[in-house]
Amino acid sequence: MSNQQNRLASGGAINRSNPVNFSFDGKIYSGFEGDTLASALLANNVALMGRSFKYHRPRGCLTAGSEEPTALVEMRTGARREPNTRATMVELYDGLEASSQNRFPSLKYDVQSVNQLLGRFLTAGFYYKTFMWPASFWEPVYEKFIRKSAGLGRAATEADPDSYEHSHDHCDVMVVGAGPAGLAAALSAGKTGARVILVEEQPFLGGNLCLERDEIDGMPAAEWVEQSAAKLAKMDNVKVMQRTVLFGYYDHNVMAALERVSDHVAVPAEHQPRQRMWTIRAKEVVVACGSQERPVVFDNNDMPGIMLSTAVRRYVDRFAATPGKKIAICTNNDDAYQTAALLQDKGIDVVVVCDVRTKASAAAKAAVKNGIKVELGIIPAKANGWHRVSSLSLQRLDGSSYGSVECDCVAVSGGHSPDVHLVSQTLSLPVWNDAIQGFVPGKPTRPERSVGASSGSFALADGLLEGHRGGHEAAKAAGRKVGKLSAEPKTKRIPFGSIESVWRCPGDGKAFVDFQNDVTAKDIQLAEQEGYSSVEHTKRYTTLGMATDQGKTSNINGLAILAAARGLSIPEVGTTRFRPPYSPVAIGAFAGHERGMTFQPIRRTAMHRCHEKLGAVFVEAGQWLRPQYYPLPGEDIMEAIWRESAQVRKTAGICDVSTLGKIEIFGDDAGEFLNRLYINGWKMLAPGKARYGLMLREDGYVFDDGTTSRLADDHFFMTTTTANAARVLAHMEHASQVLWPELDVHFCSATEQWCGVAVAGPNSRKILQAAFGKSFDFADENVPFMAAREFDWNGATARVFRISFSGEMAFEVNVAWRHGEAMWDVICKAGEKRGLIPYGTEALGVMRIEKGHVAGNELDGRTTAADMGLGSMMSSKKHFIGLPMARREGMTASDRPKLVGIKLTQKSGRLRGGAHIIESLDNTFTDASLGWISSVGDSPAIGTWIGLGYMKGGMENEGKKMYAHYPLRKESVEVEICSPHFFDPKGERHHG
Amino acid sequence: MHQIDCPWCGTRDEAEFQYQGDATVTRPKPDASEKAFFDYVYIRDNPKGWHTEWWHHVGGCRQWVKVVRNTFTHDIHTTGGPHDKLSKPRKGAR
Repeated sequence: MSNQQNRLASGGAINRSNPVNFSFDGKIYSGFEGDTLASALLANNVALMGRSFKYHRPRGCLTAGSEEPTALVEMRTGARREPNTRATMVELYDGLEASSQNRFPSLKYDVQSVNQLLGRFLTAGFYYKTFMWPASFWEPVYEKFIRKSAGLGRAATEADPDSYEHSHDHCDVMVVGAGPAGLAAALSAGKTGARVILVEEQPFLGGNLCLERDEIDGMPAAEWVEQSAAKLAKMDNVKVMQRTVLFGYYDHNVMAALERVSDHVAVPAEHQPRQRMWTIRAKEVVVACGSQERPVVFDNNDMPGIMLSTAVRRYVDRFAATPGKKIAICTNNDDAYQTAALLQDKGIDVVVVCDVRTKASAAAKAAVKNGIKVELGIIPAKANGWHRVSSLSLQRLDGSSYGSVECDCVAVSGGHSPDVHLVSQTLSLPVWNDAIQGFVPGKPTRPERSVGASSGSFALADGLLEGHRGGHEAAKAAGRKVGKLSAEPKTKRIPFGSIESVWRCPGDGKAFVDFQNDVTAKDIQLAEQEGYSSVEHTKRYTTLGMATDQGKTSNINGLAILAAARGLSIPEVGTTRFRPPYSPVAIGAFAGHERGMTFQPIRRTAMHRCHEKLGAVFVEAGQWLRPQYYPLPGEDIMEAIWRESAQVRKTAGICDVSTLGKIEIFGDDAGEFLNRLYINGWKMLAPGKARYGLMLREDGYVFDDGTTSRLADDHFFMTTTTANAARVLAHMEHASQVLWPELDVHFCSATEQWCGVAVAGPNSRKILQAAFGKSFDFADENVPFMAAREFDWNGATARVFRISFSGEMAFEVNVAWRHGEAMWDVICKAGEKRGLIPYGTEALGVMRIEKGHVAGNELDGRTTAADMGLGSMMSSKKHFIGLPMARREGMTASDRPKLVGIKLTQKSGRLRGGAHIIESLDNTFTDASLGWISSVGDSPAIGTWIGLGYMKGGMENEGKKMYAHYPLRKESVEVEICSPHFFDPKGERHHG
Repeated sequence: MHQIDCPWCGTRDEAEFQYQGDATVTRPKPDASEKAFFDYVYIRDNPKGWHTEWWHHVGGCRQWVKVVRNTFTHDIHTTGGPHDKLSKPRKGAR
């Protein structure tokens, strides 16, 4: 265990009474509660935290917050292993396990760092240039290489054991960010009684306030933050959400936020999710996200020990961990002098402050007065060291050398960029502000306002005032009655001062702009030379600003270097649009509870338990679970299907058909309405009769089919396929509400009101008669083929339809959903001695193929009624949906693939759905395809594999020998083209 | 995530609705030409700005609702029933 040699003796917002142990790359360290992983590593003098993406260069942390590009670690182990976690955002807990990424065999000795020597070949666009020729190398060589080197950490390979929640909320005023401006806004909005939500990504409030040196309302910042938090906690109308990042700003002022509920503990507490995804609707928004400091672009500026000036300040101030013992500061603005002053307060050696500006600012003069060495007009030239900076070479603005200083840390400040990410998600275009050398939010397109640093007002006094006013105004705009605005929190006014940018300090080495993607200044210049000079092209060609940090630290520096290369100003080059998410969001959080068995609702029929008792194997049909087959002991799927379909034709079978879509249709114009929906006629259908119907889409292709019965003059009962039930209902609603509101027709879905069974086979009548006894007479005279009847079954209404999908004599009986089990049981009991067996969707499929009945596989959205051999159903006496488009030349062409039967002629092998029909095995490429097989089954009635399919020329091919070719398995079998009506072609059996 | 004012149910979340496309096209009379039907089925404008669209309230009253919506900003100007004449704002959003 090491001794935290870089921990300061006092200060910081850490809990020194609670030391915690953690491990990094297997080595045990100790830190304190309140530390981040990064601050604890720095306290232990560990600066090397990872290897870079492309060149595998050693990297430390550049920042102390959410924008961190390089200190990405793998957190936890096993199923909870999580890659690419920012060490600067990981809260330390006892037993934390983290490891570095992108290195082999170890962080200090990494094999692929040889990539640095190949840097010449790994420049901008190297993927596009390198992996092009020869084409034969794409899959076997290049893909393997790219896959191996792509990505950063390793995802867990086991299922995530934790849960993720989705939650919703509403508010009058959403305040984003709890820095000084955000706190002031939440306080003033809260005072009006408005419902306020304050979200803060960090586990602490106060943002970049320097706890020890800043003063507000006459007290140290730490105390002011504490008092503000206490005031907010007392307001019932204010909700403060910490550890919550607002990552997306969407339409109609909806915001998405991610709450890290349990990321700061080893394992979530019982019944607690790891993370919670929030969808929040806000009437008004106050954006107080602050700003992001920019790095300085000079040679080797990525070396561990080099970090942003505000980051150094935060590590020392909040975490009492100093990133170095001899710190050099390079700046182009006054803000870094606050870092210098803090370090001096803490007795840390500030070796030099190099200021780009040649004229001493007030802050520079004050520093000199306090004995800090300030060099004006001096910029960094090159960092030197191995695994960590050990000295910094300096230069004048003209590039001439200015010696070097020894240091183990360099604090850099290239200025501050307002955080315009969220606002630019609302389509508001950021506007360049020359005074701060950064983009500020443009004209709002939504009810939002930016305050403080995120609006470009960097001085603390301005932030407090803007926040205070912004919160009040937002509450008023949200419709709250607000009183007079009280006085804002006061602080000493320190103007932010001037800024002078040197975007690329002269040098010919590697000077990084995007630290996460290893994009150098040279890469950007090269992209411009090669013609990728539009900002969006440069981004994609170089990968500048991509990946998990979304270019937070690289955006402005990259634009400036591109602008210089093009001889334009930065606003002329423009900026890329920031897109959600602002911070990386785990896929598990998006999925929430919608995973595994709770991915979507499961629909079970009324008879589900009956099927379970019989040992059914279920298959998913949309959200429905349907019995696929009912295996007997020792039976495999093929044997079960064969037995079930053979037995139905021999004696009888019962099948649950409750999942069919069912629609009750009423009204004087119900017949006319059906006439316009279906291709065949319905007005003359007599009450008590059923009819098969086919409907088209408006484009003329077949949409759905099913039987519809007329129960009374003004009452029809429609069935649809299971898959299309919802679509058919929506289609009918369009027709009645939009197209023909004048028709007297009303309908509603009854799919879950009626459950149904099909009882099929030679014994079906006897079985049903025995089951329902005196309730109904199942004799042919009373219920002939295609009859539809209603009867009373012990006080419940039952409907019986004499229709047949299997080709056998068959009845479909419907009763109210709640009577489903009773009906199933009574029929099965009656069938016990009459050879009744339950059959599933597979046997049903085999029997309908034997009969040549089309089903879902044949209704694939590309077929016409004529393609299916049902062209003669199209009525010529009426207009219906799809008729005009079905008459088009291409829809009626004679060479369209038409429905055929396919029979396996060889003794071994099988047919497969999706196989192509080809004439000879000499050419098995797609240009030889004459058609395809849509449905197959191993038929007991025919004694071999049969199938339905579509083929050019259709039945003109009858009797021809062909091959069914299935390239996925490299199978080819010999088949014969035949009539799709394999079994009982004259249809005698369904009469019984 | 839109909020849509259903004329029958009041303001509801987008999740209750199913987008059903362009509401500016009208089905031709049954005896109209093939070209008229072809245009009705296939030809659509793709406006950047205000557009009149169908949103089917499938998770509510199941009415087809006409919505005047800006395809660029996603702002909604007004909503109505299938046969209401809805006006579009002259200019862009807000």
